[in-house]
Amino acid sequence: MNESEILVKVENLSKKFCKDLKTSLWYGVKDLASGLSGNKNERELRPKEFWAVKDISFELRRGECLGLIGHNGAGKSTLLKILNGLINPDAGKVTIRGRVGALIELGAGFNPILSGRENIYNNGAILGFTKKEIDEKIDKIIDFAEIREFIDMPVQNYSSGMKVRLGFAVAAQMEPDVLIIDEVLAVGDVGFRMKCLTRIGELLKSTAVIFVSHSMPQVSRIANKILLMKNGSEVIGGLNVSDGIERYYQLFQNGDSIIGGNGLIEIKDFKILNDSLNCIDAENGFLILKHNYKYTFQLKLKVKEQVKKYFVNYSFIDKETKQVANFFSVFSDSVFSKTGEVIIEGEIENLILGQGTYSIGVAVNEIKECNSRGEIYLYNSNISIISITGIETGHAPVQFLGNWNIN
Amino acid sequence: METKVYQKENNLHLGKLLVESLKDIRRSRFLSFQLAKRDIQAQYRQSYLGIIWAFVTPLATAFVWIFLNSSGTVQLTDTGIPYPVYAFSGTLLWSVITEAINSPISSTNSAKGILSKINFPKEALVMSGILKLLFNSSVKVILLLLFIFFYGVGFNWSLLLFPFVLFAGIFFGTTLGLFITPLGMLYKDIGRMITFGLQFLMYVTPVVYAIPKSGIMKTVMEWNPFTPIILTARDFAVGMPPAYLTYFLIVIACCIPLFFIALIFYRISIPILVERMSA
Repeated sequence: MNESEILVKVENLSKKFCKDLKTSLWYGVKDLASGLSGNKNERELRPKEFWAVKDISFELRRGECLGLIGHNGAGKSTLLKILNGLINPDAGKVTIRGRVGALIELGAGFNPILSGRENIYNNGAILGFTKKEIDEKIDKIIDFAEIREFIDMPVQNYSSGMKVRLGFAVAAQMEPDVLIIDEVLAVGDVGFRMKCLTRIGELLKSTAVIFVSHSMPQVSRIANKILLMKNGSEVIGGLNVSDGIERYYQLFQNGDSIIGGNGLIEIKDFKILNDSLNCIDAENGFLILKHNYKYTFQLKLKVKEQVKKYFVNYSFIDKETKQVANFFSVFSDSVFSKTGEVIIEGEIENLILGQGTYSIGVAVNEIKECNSRGEIYLYNSNISIISITGIETGHAPVQFLGNWNIN
Repeated sequence: METKVYQKENNLHLGKLLVESLKDIRRSRFLSFQLAKRDIQAQYRQSYLGIIWAFVTPLATAFVWIFLNSSGTVQLTDTGIPYPVYAFSGTLLWSVITEAINSPISSTNSAKGILSKINFPKEALVMSGILKLLFNSSVKVILLLLFIFFYGVGFNWSLLLFPFVLFAGIFFGTTLGLFITPLGMLYKDIGRMITFGLQFLMYVTPVVYAIPKSGIMKTVMEWNPFTPIILTARDFAVGMPPAYLTYFLIVIACCIPLFFIALIFYRISIPILVERMSA
């Protein structure tokens, strides 16, 4: 097996779609007519059309896995359909060598009133197995799906998880050269999902895989190439998977914030200062910070007279809306009582958040004599968005750096 | 290793496309068989009357005409054979041909969901349609045999040719159906127009009455390409000399190249259709 053998080659691929159904059907008729005469003309956008995929190129060798990511409607599925030969491109070229297997729809061809066993044959036939192959593999399939007890029951009485299991079990018997996976692992229970991932892992070694997913941890685990799409075009592509994932998160720039409190304290300004106390400016809405550097969070507040003792806390929220870190002044024994216009600076010696973007939330709370929290003076769930750079790999929210020894 | 190239030009060598199409038919024999088996099994598993539904429509139409004729409501010219045999053989053949016309479009329509997800030889859909028709028709033929013997027409050697003519009828219908499938997949109107049009077409075809001796109806019926199929099949079944054999052979001979052209057209149009109907 040649290491450098290119199995998938995509050159300047484009595909257009129509936004309006009636117009789309009419274009369909025209395309049918021009399809007969070869339709060799340069294709341009007709009214109400848009490019669903625009000028995409990449190459994939055996053993490589391309993570295809992008928000909903970015053109990923359209691209997969072209790669799978279901629809023809409007420009550009796809060259695929070897057998293509697609894990896009599990259990295709199932008829609900037929039994699981009969449907293994239906599904297998559609996936291109011969009768003999299915006869040989049927026991393996039933065992893989772990539904031997119910195999002669009509599929309509299966739970949705069981149907997916059976579908995957059949599809898992494929031995393709090129494997296309479109978000099929989102269903099924944890045990079965693990099993699927293991099987895909086995296939990975000997195939070229195109993997579409919205689960970035999975993408970063499986893919060694990345293609981030937005509105049909490539945003970032190539070998730098973590960069691509980073940009993917940035696409969901969510400026929404929830602001509240009892109004006794107002935020006047918020800044992050670097080591030399220069203010960091936002680039495309992000404050770009470097991993493991020293930063000062500066908060300018207007505190009314009634306010007694208070403390500040920051929280770091990742793109999956999970709080991954906190920075509480009270834990550093810093409690404030000054009123009027104040500037509160909190210094973080080494910001060891991992690569990614994080929203910063801030809250100022009253602190009572017994050290318990009192009233909430102010909160803002998203005062600023930071993007951590300067660390290559790893998507855990915390990345330690330390001294390593070997004896 | 097999290499596939997808680009906008579909490399229009008709011959090459046809060869690929035929190869796919060969390659997908099991799939066609399996799809047909699936649909037939499902059709009968969820029903008690099962097979009866296959011939209930032609039987009902035939009974209506037998009644109209025997009660004297409608005066029909002599057909040369017992009228019930004439009427039933007509409605039966007619139902086979109309089913054949609708078969490619309904097979393709019911596979919509997988067409937009999985790449498999689409020709298998057409083939499974033909297999299903063969199955359903053979059931109907058994009933026709009962009619033939019950009404005393008896056995003729030409009866052995009947299956071939029936197959030719299925082939004729499928060819027509295949041509309208691409447009019919885009617009629902086409399917409705076909159903509607066929109702009228039946009355200019010698299904329940013979071709009149003269008049405009005679001309229309004699030109109608459905006529020789129905008549030849019926003549073989009851052992009369086939009066329209030449025309029948011409129609079928025309259907052979047309079928291949329709097949190529179908192959070219599927990606365009999938794009427009993606579920």
